[in-house]
Amino acid sequence: MDAYTSSELVSIFAMQGFAGVSLFSVLLLMALGLAIIFGQMGVINMAHGEFMAVGAYTTYFMATLTETYLPTLMPYYFVFAIVVAFFVSGALGYIAEFALIRHLYKRPLDTLLATWGLSLIMQQSFRSLFGAREVSPSLPDWLLGSYQPTDTIDIPLNGMFVLALTAAVTAAVYYLMYRSAWGLCVRATTQNRLMSGAVGINTKKIDRYTFALGCGIAGIAGAAFTTIASTGPTTGTLYIVDTFMVVVFGGAASLFGTIASAFSIAQAQSILEFFISGSMAKVYTLLALVLILMFKPEGLFASKIRR
Amino acid sequence: MSFVVEKLMGGKKGLTGFIILATLILVIFPVFLDSFRLNLVGKYLTYAFAAVSLVLLWGYGGILSLGQGIFFGLGGYGMAMFLKLEASSPENTTIQSTPGIPDFMDWNQITELPWFWVPFSSFTFTILAILVLPALFAYIIGAAMFKRRVGGVYFAIITQVIAVILTVLIVGQQGLTGGINGITDLRTLNGWDITSDNAKNIFYFVNCFLLLGVIVVSHYILNSKFGRILLAVQDKEDRVRFSGYDVANFKIFAFCFAAMISAIGGAMFTLQVGFMSPSFVGIVPSIEMVIFAAVGGRMSLIGAVYGTLLINFGKTIFSESFPELWLFLIGGLFITVVMLFPNGLAGLWNNHGHRITNRLRFMSKRYSKVAPLAVPRKLDDASE
Repeated sequence: MDAYTSSELVSIFAMQGFAGVSLFSVLLLMALGLAIIFGQMGVINMAHGEFMAVGAYTTYFMATLTETYLPTLMPYYFVFAIVVAFFVSGALGYIAEFALIRHLYKRPLDTLLATWGLSLIMQQSFRSLFGAREVSPSLPDWLLGSYQPTDTIDIPLNGMFVLALTAAVTAAVYYLMYRSAWGLCVRATTQNRLMSGAVGINTKKIDRYTFALGCGIAGIAGAAFTTIASTGPTTGTLYIVDTFMVVVFGGAASLFGTIASAFSIAQAQSILEFFISGSMAKVYTLLALVLILMFKPEGLFASKIRR
Repeated sequence: MSFVVEKLMGGKKGLTGFIILATLILVIFPVFLDSFRLNLVGKYLTYAFAAVSLVLLWGYGGILSLGQGIFFGLGGYGMAMFLKLEASSPENTTIQSTPGIPDFMDWNQITELPWFWVPFSSFTFTILAILVLPALFAYIIGAAMFKRRVGGVYFAIITQVIAVILTVLIVGQQGLTGGINGITDLRTLNGWDITSDNAKNIFYFVNCFLLLGVIVVSHYILNSKFGRILLAVQDKEDRVRFSGYDVANFKIFAFCFAAMISAIGGAMFTLQVGFMSPSFVGIVPSIEMVIFAAVGGRMSLIGAVYGTLLINFGKTIFSESFPELWLFLIGGLFITVVMLFPNGLAGLWNNHGHRITNRLRFMSKRYSKVAPLAVPRKLDDASE
């Protein structure tokens, strides 16, 4: 450590800290959709990563379209792409729920297998439509480059953008789930399906839209990812385990738990990455999570819902 | 004789199924397939060990493990470490800067055999390790989870995470494990060349006998009181607990036994195919093993073998001729099986097979009214 001056140390700390915050926003964005689908509905959606990939490919598609036909609009397309990604993934999720998931609510382990089958089909569709190579959309200029408060600190703009987007989506999810009439219906259905039906909630419709919402948020996450990494047909599988870990560790059905768990996992991993190799940092983080979950199976913030 | 039929084979029908399977893999395949194809079938049969273990664990116990690849991998790596040490004797590796250690260690500037490799130079230890270590590992995981009544979905996710951890560890620690390429270039087993066609054929038959043996033992376990309690746990765990049974111990045993079976499969895989790599440890192979069991029929030990063979034959044929269709097909098949035929091939046979057998009996003029031999279990109640 002697080699660093104190100002350099501050810079390293700031940048490393931001790397952790950036990872946190990525994990949280990924997990929000699953927290709704798995946490609220109890559906193990193994195709969640693929719904993210749908969002990413939608963004890529929009970028190519804009570049070819409306090059003047390039600076603005990304905002539209996020909205379109939300609706495309959401619509696919709606169809998946209607065709597949709703028949399996009483067999949670079978949902896991069926959605795995779905994820295989989606992966091959990506490969057939967009090719096996990884793609990334050309980003608008305002997402490139970095913000430099001092000479030595370098904070990437795309990371800040994802952070802001995550904050916005989290706030929206909070409002929708906990402050709106619709969210009340969703939570009521989770807690007691029969009684909810008895008081006039159309539980089947609620299921369908909840699942679609979760998938739509996955689509937003996918769109945001295109600013950080490229997208391939198997991108979704890379994220799915991390995403599940965030939700399980946070305690299902707890938005605050999901936020806290994404934050602690991200910080643990990025701090460890500074000392040891990336793969070992991941091993230790996951190992710690498994150990904690063995002692505290209900996660950080237990839900009050009877299992 | 009745002991053999009732306990080891699962009744007369089970005996027929067992004999048909044994004839198929021991006589028909070796007679009609060339050496290359037979070796391929041998590879599939090693996966069947994991599928059979999942029938026991998931079909009967209701415990879905998405980490059978862990144990398959542990068994396979155990055997591979032994073979690799034999292949890297000081005489064979004189060109290395440190002779006597596996080549990938030498490439990664490791100068001394790591401590956990040392005991694998003994064949006895290796065999013991293949049987005991995975079971021990399963015991630790199982005891930690089942004693705290973690089950179902959470167990599935945690086993999956452990599979990821192991894969990342193997890939990341290239110098100690061979990394993403795995442990390759295995040549001899106690001085006997294992790469020849002759050796592969012998391994094929060893494989068959071990698999049939595993099926017999599993039948015995499932037909015993243990098997009935395991089934009861799946249906109404609380009632079994209130009847005074320690449910966790039954689950732990099932998990350990399943781990051991998968590890045998992994070790045989290394012998049959001649290498071991992390691509047989992670999430994808683990879930594929569940697919084998699901397609074959989650309640049927013999069905699991057919499921494994069918899927892998399909995979080989399709990825040779229409690689782009394969994932659509397997994904679609998987959804269909889960949604429409939750009991897989075995369920179809139990529901409709008696028509065929009835007709056969009618033709041989010994027709008698045959009731359906096994009623498919209703899966809707299994979750709660």
